[in-house]
Amino acid sequence: MPVPLEASANPPTNAPLMDRFRTGYRWMLLARMTEEKIASLYRTGKIVGGVFLGKGQEALSTAVGMSLRKGDYLAPLIRDQAARMAFGEPLLDTLRTYMGVRSGPMRGRDGNIHRGRPSEGVLAMISHLGAMVPALAGVLMAHRFQGIQNTIGATCIGDGGTSTGAFHEGLNLAAVERLPMVVVVANNQYAYSTPNTRQFVCNDLVDKALGYGIDGHSADGTCLQSCLEVLQLAADRARSGHGPQLVVASLLRLTGHGEHDDGSYIDPLLRKTPVGRDCLKLAEEKLLANSWATPAEIALWHSETQQQIEDSVAVTLREPLPDPAHEDWCALSNRHLAEG
Amino acid sequence: MITYLEAIRAAQAKALRDDPRVYIYGQDVGAFGGAFKATKNLASEFPGRVLDSPLSEDAIIGSAIGAALAGMRPIVEMQFADFSTVGFNQIVNHAATLFWRTGHSCPVTIRLPSGGTAGAGPFHSQSLEALYAHYPGLVVLTPATVEDAYAMLLEAVAIDDPVIFCEHKYLYYHLKAAELPSEAMPVGKARVARHGRDATIVSYSAMLHEALAAAEELATEGWEVEVVDLRSVKPLDTDTVLASVARTGRLLAVGESFPWGGVTSEVLARVAAEGFDLLDAPPRRLNARDTPVPYHPNLWGTHRPTAVTIAGEARSLLNF
Ligand SMILES: Cc1ncc(C[n+]2csc(CCOP(=O)(O)OP(=O)(O)O)c2C)c(N)n1
Ligand SMILES: [Mg+2]
Repeated sequence: MPVPLEASANPPTNAPLMDRFRTGYRWMLLARMTEEKIASLYRTGKIVGGVFLGKGQEALSTAVGMSLRKGDYLAPLIRDQAARMAFGEPLLDTLRTYMGVRSGPMRGRDGNIHRGRPSEGVLAMISHLGAMVPALAGVLMAHRFQGIQNTIGATCIGDGGTSTGAFHEGLNLAAVERLPMVVVVANNQYAYSTPNTRQFVCNDLVDKALGYGIDGHSADGTCLQSCLEVLQLAADRARSGHGPQLVVASLLRLTGHGEHDDGSYIDPLLRKTPVGRDCLKLAEEKLLANSWATPAEIALWHSETQQQIEDSVAVTLREPLPDPAHEDWCALSNRHLAEG
Repeated sequence: MITYLEAIRAAQAKALRDDPRVYIYGQDVGAFGGAFKATKNLASEFPGRVLDSPLSEDAIIGSAIGAALAGMRPIVEMQFADFSTVGFNQIVNHAATLFWRTGHSCPVTIRLPSGGTAGAGPFHSQSLEALYAHYPGLVVLTPATVEDAYAMLLEAVAIDDPVIFCEHKYLYYHLKAAELPSEAMPVGKARVARHGRDATIVSYSAMLHEALAAAEELATEGWEVEVVDLRSVKPLDTDTVLASVARTGRLLAVGESFPWGGVTSEVLARVAAEGFDLLDAPPRRLNARDTPVPYHPNLWGTHRPTAVTIAGEARSLLNF
């Protein structure tokens, strides 16, 4: 029997690649299958509002989550189901947030990808892209003020998000303050329908690191090994006092911008280039080719993961929805300062 | 039948056709036709004049300001009104101050897909008209009908000042009209959308339709409620509001945005100051709750006013 997946049991970062790869694959699988379930719940009308998935980006996202330790901070973005889980966010948090039930971390007040638990090191993103970069910088400044050592923060952003003022200001500030921050750009070639040619004209987004005076790293976003290695290097360098690290990974979003979108604007030729490969399939092939896992083991992981998801969905579907009559309509922690 | 959304698209097409100074800039507005399809086919109909921008609201609005100063008539689309706050500085400190500071007007039109829809949550639901109306130097439009969406957008482009065009996402597909108008009331004039003598409900944008439904409901109870559609919240047509209150003696102002300050406060303040003697009852206002806009429909449904809560509020007013 495989050991159940727990972020606290992630192999240490100096563990052999095989161990980390096996665990990484399982996080990818959990993220992919969870999102497939969310998509099917959305199609049957069980989820109201947007559904934005990370299909094709799980290798990178997993590596981000696995590069962090307890006490670190993660500021995930749209397509970071895998990073969240690999960092320790419970599956139920995902489902409860999408369903909007009261028991979830967002209690029906916010949905989908906007969930977080700041007290457990997961910032709750706002939709406004770029905004999380300076916010994470602030977390790391706080750690410095408080004498908390050896913690780092990681945040993710898309190719489109790099065009925001907040991204620029946040990264520059982090560089000036020499903060232990890893900023991961998932260059999936499009921002909604907008191709990179309408987003930036530098050769490679990683070149921006030079302008900020920080380290830059490139990763093959379709390859789990590349992502694990590059994220580990970046995390180690951030942790050992080398300041912010910019990681740029190339890949392709293998789904619509959201589930309402068929992505028909994506150049079909791109799917046939290396960035268009499915990272999950590649990881599975590598597990088998290197004899890092047997086909029977992989099949078991699949069925166990499926069962875990079905069980959690069944729990969530039974949980109470928010009730406006019993909602605490107070936006301030100081109740006496709130107006009715 | 033409929808509110199609009217917005048609107005932009006409503006592009009639005026070579017009261009459209925003995220995904080109070949994709915009997140809501408000610019569908315009990029191919008007080559080189409907352009995808980078994901940079500050620069989108900043560049539109510069282009306007140099003789163009930019129409800028924010993907959601909520994201205009990233360009807030350019709007309120730059576009809004130019004419007063330099005598040079700044004819930009900034389209804000506004307001709540089920499941949209805190960052894709906001109504920011009050925020922008607060600043001197801006015109703020809030069309509630297909006809107004069309005519007022065309007027927005023609106006020499910066215009914040708040189009309601809920109305995009829900609202239909037989045809586009050939003439319309000018910006700055409110419209009596329903006549009555017992009370006046002042509203605008999507809330107008909730107010009309409430008036319909109240009619079954024998009340004749007048409903005023502000159309533009800045300038705000105080005369039409006062004239209505003079007929009814009772006022309820309804808005979808947050309760502190805002359009409904402004309406009440003006009527209280200029028409106190017209009032037979304390004026009332109904807004969203004082929390961010919630995600789950159960919460969202009671966060903003609805026909039911408006009718309830109006009953209290009528029975005062
Ligand atoms: C400041 C801001 N403007 C606009 C949007 C609307 N929006 C949401 S996702 C998106 C595209 C994001 O593209 P990218 O950053 O490349 O991330 P990806 O979706 O490709 O993962 C846009 C324009 C937003 N969320 N924030
Ligand atoms: Mg992208």
